[in-house]
Parts: sequence; structure tokens; C-alpha cells
Amino acid sequence: MSTPLLSLEHLTISLGNRRVVDDLNLQIQPGERLALVGESGSGKTVTALSILRLLAQARIQGSIRLEGQELLEKSETQIRQIRGRDVAMIFQEPMSALNPLFSIGEQIIETLQLHEGLTPREARERTIALLARTGIREPERRVDSYPHQLSGGQLQRAVIAMALACRPKLLIADEPTTALDMTVRARIVQLLLDLQDEELARGDGQGMAILLITHDLNLVRRFAQRVAVMEHGKLVESNETAALFANPQHPYTIKLLNSRPQRQIEAIANDAATLLQTSGLRVEYPKKRPGWRGWFGHERYIALEGAEVSLKAGETIGVVGESGSGKSTLAQAILSLIPVQGGELAFDGIPISQRTRQQKRALRARLQVVFQDPYGSLSPRQTVAQIVGEGLALHFPELNAAQRLQRIVEVLGEVGLPTSALTRYPHEFSGGQRQRIAIARALVLKPRVVVLDEPTSALDVSIQNQVLQLLVSLQKKHALSYVLISHDLAVVNALAHRLYVMKDGVIVESGDTASLIANPRHPYTQRLVQASL
Amino acid sequence: MTSQTVAPPSIWRRFWQRPPHLRAPVADTDLIPALTPGRRVWLRFKQHRLGYWSLIIFTSLYLLSLGGELISNDKPLLIYFQQHWYFPLFEDYPEAVFGGQLPIHADYNDPFIREQLAQPGNFALYPLNPYYYDTLNYFSNAVHYPGPPTAENLLGTDIAGYDIIARLLYGFRVSVTFGLALTFIGTVLGVLIGAVQGYFAGKIDLFTQRLIEVWGSLPELYLLIIFASIFEPSLILLCVLLSLFGWIYLSDFVRAEFLRNRQLEYVKAARAMGLSHAQIIWRHILPNSLTPVITFLPFRMSAAIMALASLDFLGLGVEAPAPSLGQLLLQGKENLDAWWIAVSAFGVLMLTLLLLTFMGEALRNALDTRIADKPLAENL
Repeated sequence: MSTPLLSLEHLTISLGNRRVVDDLNLQIQPGERLALVGESGSGKTVTALSILRLLAQARIQGSIRLEGQELLEKSETQIRQIRGRDVAMIFQEPMSALNPLFSIGEQIIETLQLHEGLTPREARERTIALLARTGIREPERRVDSYPHQLSGGQLQRAVIAMALACRPKLLIADEPTTALDMTVRARIVQLLLDLQDEELARGDGQGMAILLITHDLNLVRRFAQRVAVMEHGKLVESNETAALFANPQHPYTIKLLNSRPQRQIEAIANDAATLLQTSGLRVEYPKKRPGWRGWFGHERYIALEGAEVSLKAGETIGVVGESGSGKSTLAQAILSLIPVQGGELAFDGIPISQRTRQQKRALRARLQVVFQDPYGSLSPRQTVAQIVGEGLALHFPELNAAQRLQRIVEVLGEVGLPTSALTRYPHEFSGGQRQRIAIARALVLKPRVVVLDEPTSALDVSIQNQVLQLLVSLQKKHALSYVLISHDLAVVNALAHRLYVMKDGVIVESGDTASLIANPRHPYTQRLVQASL
Repeated sequence: MTSQTVAPPSIWRRFWQRPPHLRAPVADTDLIPALTPGRRVWLRFKQHRLGYWSLIIFTSLYLLSLGGELISNDKPLLIYFQQHWYFPLFEDYPEAVFGGQLPIHADYNDPFIREQLAQPGNFALYPLNPYYYDTLNYFSNAVHYPGPPTAENLLGTDIAGYDIIARLLYGFRVSVTFGLALTFIGTVLGVLIGAVQGYFAGKIDLFTQRLIEVWGSLPELYLLIIFASIFEPSLILLCVLLSLFGWIYLSDFVRAEFLRNRQLEYVKAARAMGLSHAQIIWRHILPNSLTPVITFLPFRMSAAIMALASLDFLGLGVEAPAPSLGQLLLQGKENLDAWWIAVSAFGVLMLTLLLLTFMGEALRNALDTRIADKPLAENL
């Protein structure tokens, strides 16, 4: 091959006293698709930001060459020329990557005027063409939309349009799909592939190279030609995608590849009693009518309609769907955290509505929950002992302080936390450890059903696997039943016996996990399966 | 603000070297008890030296002024007269006890009494400044009132002949006590109402919010003027009237915090656990919603002190012999040639407000997690 488009040589980046990237050597050829893979804290984002010199406080050693020119020696003015024109960047969160006070058109036009010197009229036409190219419907109208008026997928398309505005030679995509729904992810990835082909087909000799930063191995396999794996700031392995997946060399790569959730479920007993049964659950929210009609009453927004779910002892059911499909609403309705407008929820055969207030409170201990966000689900001003012990004091008033403490220590041991965690506060723990605390908080009440609302989606892949294994072992030990809410088919596939697929508040398909994934009938399920496997 | 060069005190050192969020995730060997969030805020507050010293100075000044009777008083603290002990602070003695003839309480500024007490064998312990805030010195050498600073009255006298040091001391005490009380009542009311609004949201919030709007549109100053003409203004009345309105703007902050925090997952988890509303509010949401409340405390206090001073300045406050910084300011304005009144009253007021502002600033920085968690940014 000719000279590489971008070459990083002996790149070392320090923030404060910490070396976040250590002696990194990496080349990207023109028109190549390279994936940089690693867990959070491995230095992949820092590397990407340093290419554009977007890290203000970092000390950078080594060299970064773009088409043979040393970027580290450029002046601030020169580097601004390169940003956006030669190298463009797509960020993870499209909502915060766009200025909410300007329409998307204005933001793209600005880039075009700045780098290409176009007149406003030309720039506007180019912008509309770009938006059309990235697959935004009605680009003439959308060009004047503000970011909050578009969905996440549409926004990410707008961001991509903005990045492509000046036909960069290198596009850095930093977790471009992480914030998006599964099926939208697939479309964005396809879009990037198509765009790259188009750029190549223009035939003026310059293709567009893409540096994809991600922790999603699925995405890597489908997208990248070459993969570079980073661990703790060091490049541990880099190879052609197929070769790397077939024959990983470094132990860390092997660990990463093996961290795809494995299906590890036990068959449930035939005579297992049905613990939880819902029939026709219906949840609606009042929605403001547009315009003056909003003064005279509300429309109803139906978040959940006719949900029929059943759960046996020792069973795991998975609920999958995109954001807004009503799966979290279902979870909260099962937990009686939101009022239900219709239908019935029966626990142990007895409908909730027939229970007294006291029985309802006692039921709370039987029916526990673990939430998605390990940073938001623990009160930052309580110690672990307080967090775990609070429900214990409420539901087991017969225990004295010493017995309570013993129970807390036992449970912490079960979820794999040391006793020394007792007096600590949540902020001192890593994401995976926090999720273990949340599991301990649920487990200490000796629940029979635990609702897991996206329990691993905020965690790194290897940690995700550990948490899933923990959940499985706890299920075996305590004969727990799980309601597992997730957008990730891989996670659900690993844990769930049966599967419910939700779309727009309705369960569109349900059945045995394996057969449903192997043979999806509803078009939405088909799309979902296709997107994630 | 933060001075990095100063060697941190020992308790801080451990924290300084290894801030908790940079510590390695929990290991079995690591058994140091964690710092409570409150303690961390305190340690951060101490780091802001200006604010920390302001707190120390302010607290000592207030404690001193609480013991004002021992510092500035027209009675000796202790008298030994003709083989008897007397305690004028607690008991009024007629002049006859000390050899006088008039059937009145002894005036210890009377040269005759002083002479009696100074006789050999007798003994009297005088306070540093021999005037109470309403002491009229009938034996003064002053030609006119207000009198300029002299050896008799170190900061001079005001228009009625009261000693200014004494008036400042007691005025400071009254102002700060008033400020503390008003802040306390306003904070409790504001937190309570804001918490109920924010936690229950929906209709309760809507209804209460309208009530507050009606209430907030009552003209506060007119009410004060009207009440000042109906009742005799007293500190209690002023405190009640001002606290009726003082909570409104705080309750908005607390309401907003509660509205935000009630959505968070730890609150949902607490509800799923079966905790009652009161328990959730008290244990889960309130501790996480107090940042704006605490941040505003010093500023609320300086506002309360200023409110009292301005009411006194406008003549709507307490009446004459009661010590008040606002009245002194008014006198200073009306007697510009008596510079010592305006200068000293202004000085004390400014010092008070300045100390409170420094404390507030340090407190705000101590509670600001963005500043504190700066090292976290390294974990990109």
C-alpha cells in the first residue's frame, strides 16, 4: 500500500499524572474501515480526540501524521482548517452533539461556509442534498428543524451529514450507535457503509477512511476491515477482522470475544407454579392536545395495552423492544409503581386489587427490582449498609441490629462484595460493583420475583457477563424468577426461557426464546433479530 | 480560592492523597471507613481558607456578642464592698448599699459610687466598656450629643448620648440573632412546602403553586407599614411578618430539586421496597436536595440582616432605645458631621455581610461537585 492516511507513532498521552495512552502505533490506509475496540477507560476515545487535538489539558508525545504531515506541530489555526475538512468526527450522543438553539440546517451550512467558502444559497442546497443522502425524510423541511424535533436515529443521520459536509478523508465515529435502538443501529451502520462506497465511486481517487470506536463486537464484525484492540491505554492486538475473530492471540482479546453472553439457563420444573400473571394490563398517560384544544382536556397516550404476561417459579421471561415500546412501563406496572387503568395483576394466584394495604406492602418484599443505571439507582448519601439494610428494617422488624448486619454481610458475600464495602458510599464503586449493590438490595428481602430493568446495558461487556452469571447463579440458589427487560437480544437470549417482544405498547409476539429467535414471525421481531445477530 | 501551597492538616492529608473516587475499587484489605458526604463537604469547605476563617471570625464575634453583658455594661461584674460580695449583674442594689443617700438604684457611673467602690478594702470588677446600650451617662464631660470619640466613649456617642460601641455590640447581636431566626424559619417552611409540592407533584403542586403566587403578590412593604402603625413594632412581629414571605423563593428551589430527584431510580427502588412517603422524602430525597438550601443559607442570612437594618433605617423597625444598626445608619445620615456614627455602623454592617458572603462562596464551592470531581475528568 501507499503512504498511510493517518499514522500514529509512539503516541503517549498523559492527563495529569496518568498515562491514558501508552506508546500506541496505528496506521489507517485511505478508504479503510478500522475499528478501535476496548472497554471504558482503555483510552480509545482519548486517542480519537487527540487526533484532532481536542484534548486541552493532555500532554501528547510521539507523532500523529495525516498524509505525512505532523499534526502535533501545526498551529491552532492550521489545525482548525483540518478539523471538519480533512478529519470529521461523529459523537456518541447526537442530542448533545448538536446545538439545541440552531436548526440542523444552520449548523451544517455554517460548516460549509467556513470550509468551502460557499454562498448561503449554495450551502443550503448542498445541505439539503446531504440530508437526503443520509436518508433523512423530507430534507427540504427537516433542514429547518431543531434537534429536539427529530428522533435519535434521524439526529445521528444529521450529525453524519454534518460530518460528511466537506468530504473528509477520515471520519472518526466515536460509538456512533451506542445511544440508538437496535434496529436503528443497523440502519446507521448500513448508511456508513453505503456512504463510503459512494465516496469511493465518485472516482476522484480519494475514498473516505472510517475510524470506528466502539465496544460492540457485533458491530465491529459487520463493519470493520481491520480491528485494533486496546487495553489500559496499550494496543494489545491488531489484525484483519475475520482473522482476529477466528484466531485471537492476546488473552484480553480472547476475554473480550468470550464475553458475549452465553446461553446458560436451566430447564424449569414441569409442575412449577405460576407466580405472576397479568391479564389485559393497560397503562395510559394524559397527553396534551396540540394548540388551543389543549385547554379543554387531554388526549390519552396509551403506553401499555392488553399485556398478558405469565411467570412461573424459577423461570426467566425476557421482554424486548425499543425505547418507547412500553417495556419499562410494563415493569413498573408489575411493580405497582404506576397506576394501572385496566386489567389485573395476580401474584401467587391472588389479584393485587383484592389484597389489603398491609398485604400489598408485604408483597413489595416478594417483588423486587434492579434498575439499569447503577449511578442513579443508589442514593449517593447513604452507605452500602444503609442502602441494603433499609428494606430489611422495614420488612423484617423482628431482626435486631446484629442479625440485620449479619444478613447484610451474607448478602454482600453472595453478590461478591467484601465486608469492607459496608461503610462506603456508592461513588466509591465501579459500575459493576454498584450493580451488585443494587442486586444485594433486592436480594436481602428474600424476593421471589426480581424485575431486572436493563440490568447490564450501562456496563462494559466483560462486566456485563459477570453480572449475568451472578444473576444466573442466584436464580439457581434461591429459585428466583426474573422479569428481564432489555433491548439487547443477546442478553435476553442468554437468560430468558421465554420471550415477549413489545412494540408501541403492545406485545406483538411471544414464545420460547430459542424458537422465537430462530423463527421470528412478526416483521418487527424479524428486523430485531436481524439487527442484533 | 483553593490554596494548594498550604500544607493540608493531618485529617485532610489522607483524603488529599487519595480522593475516594480515585481509590482503587474496594479491596478486602482496605478497611478505612469512608468519609460521609457531609464530612467531605466540610473538608472541602475548610480548604477555602477565606471562607473558613470568615466562619471562625463570625462565630467568635457572635459568641462574644452573646456574652455582651460581660463586655459592655453599666454595672460592675462583681463588687466586694465592706466585707460583702455583690453581683450587680443579677440584682439591682439601691444606692444606699454603697453609701449613697438617694432612694434609687445605684448608678455605677456616678463618680461618688465609683469613689466609694475604690476605697481601700473594697473592690469592683468593671466590664471593658462601662455602658449598656441604653446607658445615659449623666456625669459625662461631653459638650453636646452626638459626641465625638473621646477617652470616655471610644467611638463617640449617638444623638441621644448612648455609647456607640455598646450600641454596635448589641446591635450586631440582635441583627445576627434575627438573621438566624428568620433564616431558620424561612428554611424550614420553604423546605417543607417545596418538598410536598415537588414530591407529590401533579394536582397538589398545581394548586399550591397558585396559592403561592397569590400569596407572593401581596405587597410585603405595605403590610409592614400597616402593621407598624397598628402594633408597636417588635422584633418578634418583624420576624413573623418577614418569615411569612421569606420562604417563597426557597420553596421554588426545593420543589425543583424534588421534582428532579423523585424521578431517579433510587427513589423508584425505595418505593418498590415499600417505604412510606415520609420515609422516602426524609431519607432519600431530602438529603439529596439540600445543596441549594445550604448554599443559600449565608446569603439568606445576610439578606435577613439587611432587611432588619433597612426597616430600622426607614423607621418601620423597633423603637429607639433598642439597639439597631439600621437606626445608627439613619442617625449617621442625618448627622453627616458626626462622621463616627455613620463610619462605625457602616463598618460593622459591612464586616458582617462580607464575612457571610465569603462563607457563602466557600460553601457553594464546597458543595459544587463539578469543582470537586475535577480529577474524575481524567477517567475519560
